[in-house]
Amino acid sequence: MTDEPVVSARGLALRFGARELFAGLDLELRRGELVAVLGPNGAGKTSLVRILLGLVAPSAGHVTIGGHDPSRNRARVGYVPQQRAFDRDLPLRGRDLVRLGLDGHRWGLGRLSSGPAAQVDAALASVGASAYADTPVGVLSGGEQQRLRVAQALVCNPRLLLVDEPLLSLDLAHQRIVVGLLDAHRRATGTPVLFVTHDVNPVLPFVDRVLYLAGGTWAIGTVDEVMTSETLSRLYGTDVDVLRVRGRIVVVGVPDDEHHH
Amino acid sequence: MFWELLQQHFVHSALLAGAVVSVVAGAIGVFVVARGLSFAVHAISELGFTGAAGALVVGIDPVAGLVAGSLAVGAVLGVLSLRGSERDSSIGAVLAFGLGLGVLFLSLYQGYATEATNLLFGSIVGVSGAQVRSLAIVAALVLAALAALYRPLLFASVDPEVAEARGVPVRTLSVAVFLLLALATAEAVQVVGVLLVLTLVITPAAAAQRLTARPGIAVLLSIAIALVSTEGGILLSLEKDWPTSFFITAISFAAYVGARLYGTTTTPSASA
Repeated sequence: MTDEPVVSARGLALRFGARELFAGLDLELRRGELVAVLGPNGAGKTSLVRILLGLVAPSAGHVTIGGHDPSRNRARVGYVPQQRAFDRDLPLRGRDLVRLGLDGHRWGLGRLSSGPAAQVDAALASVGASAYADTPVGVLSGGEQQRLRVAQALVCNPRLLLVDEPLLSLDLAHQRIVVGLLDAHRRATGTPVLFVTHDVNPVLPFVDRVLYLAGGTWAIGTVDEVMTSETLSRLYGTDVDVLRVRGRIVVVGVPDDEHHH
Repeated sequence: MFWELLQQHFVHSALLAGAVVSVVAGAIGVFVVARGLSFAVHAISELGFTGAAGALVVGIDPVAGLVAGSLAVGAVLGVLSLRGSERDSSIGAVLAFGLGLGVLFLSLYQGYATEATNLLFGSIVGVSGAQVRSLAIVAALVLAALAALYRPLLFASVDPEVAEARGVPVRTLSVAVFLLLALATAEAVQVVGVLLVLTLVITPAAAAQRLTARPGIAVLLSIAIALVSTEGGILLSLEKDWPTSFFITAISFAAYVGARLYGTTTTPSASA
């Protein structure tokens, strides 16, 4: 495999009216990397994901995925959203949800050929969801649904995984399982993962680098480089303390106190 | 009496029209229920009534007014793509005024009052051969579109966020589904009337998704329930001189109640 970065962003800026979320953002994602995107609500984490999905055009700069424009790559980008409730009587099984990730974007009725079905089975097995593959998604727990989400993202054999707060509203055990699945996949296949989260701790053991967005500016580097009182104080423009407590990172003094538990 | 009526040409037309409309209404119903658009169906049908009443006043075919009214509302709802309570309250506001207009048009209309009654409560046994043909053409159009859009439409209906991320044109599909819904509703109005459209567009789909967790099977079951309701209703009304629409709603409601009872006696995985 070449060492070309899978994601290459240069000088990215995003503004909504007078409000600048970030500017001059350079980001490269190489094969096998897991990069966490951190920052308070409204800092532009999700907007960055939407730029990489080709759904939002950056105000400046440009980005390529595998050398191509993001909008041409969506069929090969796996996306895991935050958990949300499905109606209990929605006629959709776990395997249907995963199948949509494979060919739900294609026109027509779709054929019941065995090739896609085998791919779906393999994806379900890889996340340990085979046991409830035929259960309606609406009656599954949040943790089970997120496992299916991971399978749904992996089934298209993606060259990039974008995950946006996939752990929200999951208990600790399921957080570990979901992070573990994503980590195992990038180690096995080299597919890089951009992991948006408001809390670095669940991904702390796995994360290679951190992109921190706050106060209209950003910092990127290893956890030890970015998660420091100095760096975060600079980003927030106020005194912020970063403490290490029992292997966890605790950030104290963030304005509005809108993140970090 | 029953067997004599069954030989009649107008009964054949009614059965044929009922079948055509049921297939369309049952098929689109699954997407309507998954998207939570029941109230929008109500609005589209009632404003279709306004269109039809307006057509009567100016002396053109009320069916043309019905289709135009339904499509106009469907297009507006689709383009606005409102969500949640904002959608419901704005639909309610527009719906109420639209019905008020319909009442005005009816009072201005000097013709037979039966025309209005037919619009409101259905007139399946009065359907003409030409009407059956146009019903079939529109039905074929809607079904072809649903088949072509099936996978992305299902994706966008049940999982819009990921669908958008995967490149599904979610907003365009939203407009498309409202337009198809408007056509399907205008079809169903001609069978069961404005006030009872939900019995073909919502009830069968709601029953079907209690019976299966497989999206494709849900569509087929919904069509089957709509078909049995309509054809059964028409046949029963030959036997007993009660309104056809009553029998249709009774059968589809019975299917819904039965499906709910079935759904509560089986475990989710067993119903899959």
